[in-house]
Amino acid sequence: MHAEPELFHYTLGLADDALVLGQRLCEWCSNAPFLEEDLALANVALDFMGRARMLYSHAATLEGAGRDEDALAYLRDCREYRNLLIMELPRGDFAFSTARQFLVDAFNLPFLEDLCRSRDPELAGIAGKALKESRYHYRRSRDWVLRLGDGTAESHRRLQRAFDEIWGYTHELFRAGEAEQRLVAAGFAPDRPALRARWEALVVPVLAEATLRRPEDAWSVDGGREGTHTEHLGHLLSELQFMQRAYPGLQW
Amino acid sequence: MNDSNASPEELLRRFQARIDAEQRIEPKDWMPEAYRRTLVRQISQHAHSEVIGMQPEGNWILRAPSLRRKAVLLAKVQDEGGHGLYLYSATETLGVSREELVEALHEGRAKYASIFNYPTLTWADIGAIGWLVDGAAIVNQISLQRTSYGPYARGMVRICKEESFHQRQGYEVILTLARGSAEQKAMAQDALDRWWWPSLMMFGPHDAESAHSAQSMTWKIKRQSNDELRQKFVDQTVPQAEFAGLVIPDPQLLWNAERGHYDFGPIDWEEFNRVVAGNGMCNRDRIAHHRRAHEEGEWVREAVRAHEERKRERAAQDAA
Repeated sequence: MHAEPELFHYTLGLADDALVLGQRLCEWCSNAPFLEEDLALANVALDFMGRARMLYSHAATLEGAGRDEDALAYLRDCREYRNLLIMELPRGDFAFSTARQFLVDAFNLPFLEDLCRSRDPELAGIAGKALKESRYHYRRSRDWVLRLGDGTAESHRRLQRAFDEIWGYTHELFRAGEAEQRLVAAGFAPDRPALRARWEALVVPVLAEATLRRPEDAWSVDGGREGTHTEHLGHLLSELQFMQRAYPGLQW
Repeated sequence: MNDSNASPEELLRRFQARIDAEQRIEPKDWMPEAYRRTLVRQISQHAHSEVIGMQPEGNWILRAPSLRRKAVLLAKVQDEGGHGLYLYSATETLGVSREELVEALHEGRAKYASIFNYPTLTWADIGAIGWLVDGAAIVNQISLQRTSYGPYARGMVRICKEESFHQRQGYEVILTLARGSAEQKAMAQDALDRWWWPSLMMFGPHDAESAHSAQSMTWKIKRQSNDELRQKFVDQTVPQAEFAGLVIPDPQLLWNAERGHYDFGPIDWEEFNRVVAGNGMCNRDRIAHHRRAHEEGEWVREAVRAHEERKRERAAQDAA
């Protein structure tokens, strides 16, 4: 099997996940509930930006078409973006961002652990570095879930509502298209459906400890990997890509 | 000798003797109330400037033109927030809490660097802030590394290291634009045109008109005068502008071989006073933004307090 075009698209999807979530985290700059948290959120955002850059650079190499990280990030439109929908949802209030971050961090732990064993040494290396960061991210977001869930009536209400609003977007974390399944079979990519039990083990007990209810699995939305997005992504991209679109072809 | 036996005059004499001998004053040392107040005013103003400065720069994080520039800018803005934190901690050593200082900021009783009342309209403004605003701040802060209050001086040592890095990054943004397309060069020139004079104003009024300067110099809170520092900034920045092929918007700017310094034109202090008094482009936005973020975060801070309280109660129950 010639894995490169599929591995390129796969890596690009992971890069888009990191960039889009990183961009959402950047929106917190100067908006956090206190200064220490502003710095901590910027730290996490920087980790995702760093991850995005490594993944885009690797994708560019796999593609071999002369595009670089910026061409991939700045010069593709909504339909070509491959991020999962959960990453692109607007930042919402602090409870919403906390719930999203916790669910994604809890997913990244088993995902990156397995990606460390990818047959692609470059992807495995990026995963190794990212895993160290994600362990810290998970501890941090778990602490916030506990504080807000078991804080005041208002914080509990807001966080419960946030989990209820996001839950239907988590199912996409565990789906893999046919191309991805071929990469799984060939030893390049983690098997998403198989990660669910490990994710639940990191999520469900924390919800209980935070006195929160696990939301029902009543609805689910997907389409990000196929380029079908919420209406929010276009606006995120128009801000992200403004300079490259307004002043094309220049060095900055 | 025990402080409690000494007369106020004697305490003051000993305090000044320590300052004159270049000894640092530490939080537990006796200090005149006016010295403490001056420090609180100056350090908190500096802390607020770092924090408010996150807004004009943060304004371009989402729109940064490349991933590398975005990461560098985000890290920079994070550093500024970190400087705000050390400086608020330094004021806490003087017995004033961050909450009190933030309240004073929201109520307009505390100031911050007036330059952050100017808007960042283009990407070049991010370069100009790093190059000129951080450049001016460093000149001032290098001098403050020798300030007489220990926690402030030590904070400055750490801050200076990061600021000089920011200044180089900012200049590199400007240089890239100046060597880019005609449109990019015009963007860089426009930013220099708008940020040059406000940067010179950052050093404060001329020595003769500076309200707090003389006493601060005696106490060695300030080590060099506003005009000395401003001259130093002009002297180091003019060659950088020339190297980038940009023109400093001052027709009277001229090398004076006799003085060994650049002469420069008169500063428009009316504009300075107008902006300080609240008539700048962004004064209202800056405070409204800070206040909104603070208010939106109230339920989060409350939840943290409630959670801590509950944890303490549980620990006490477990111990009983």
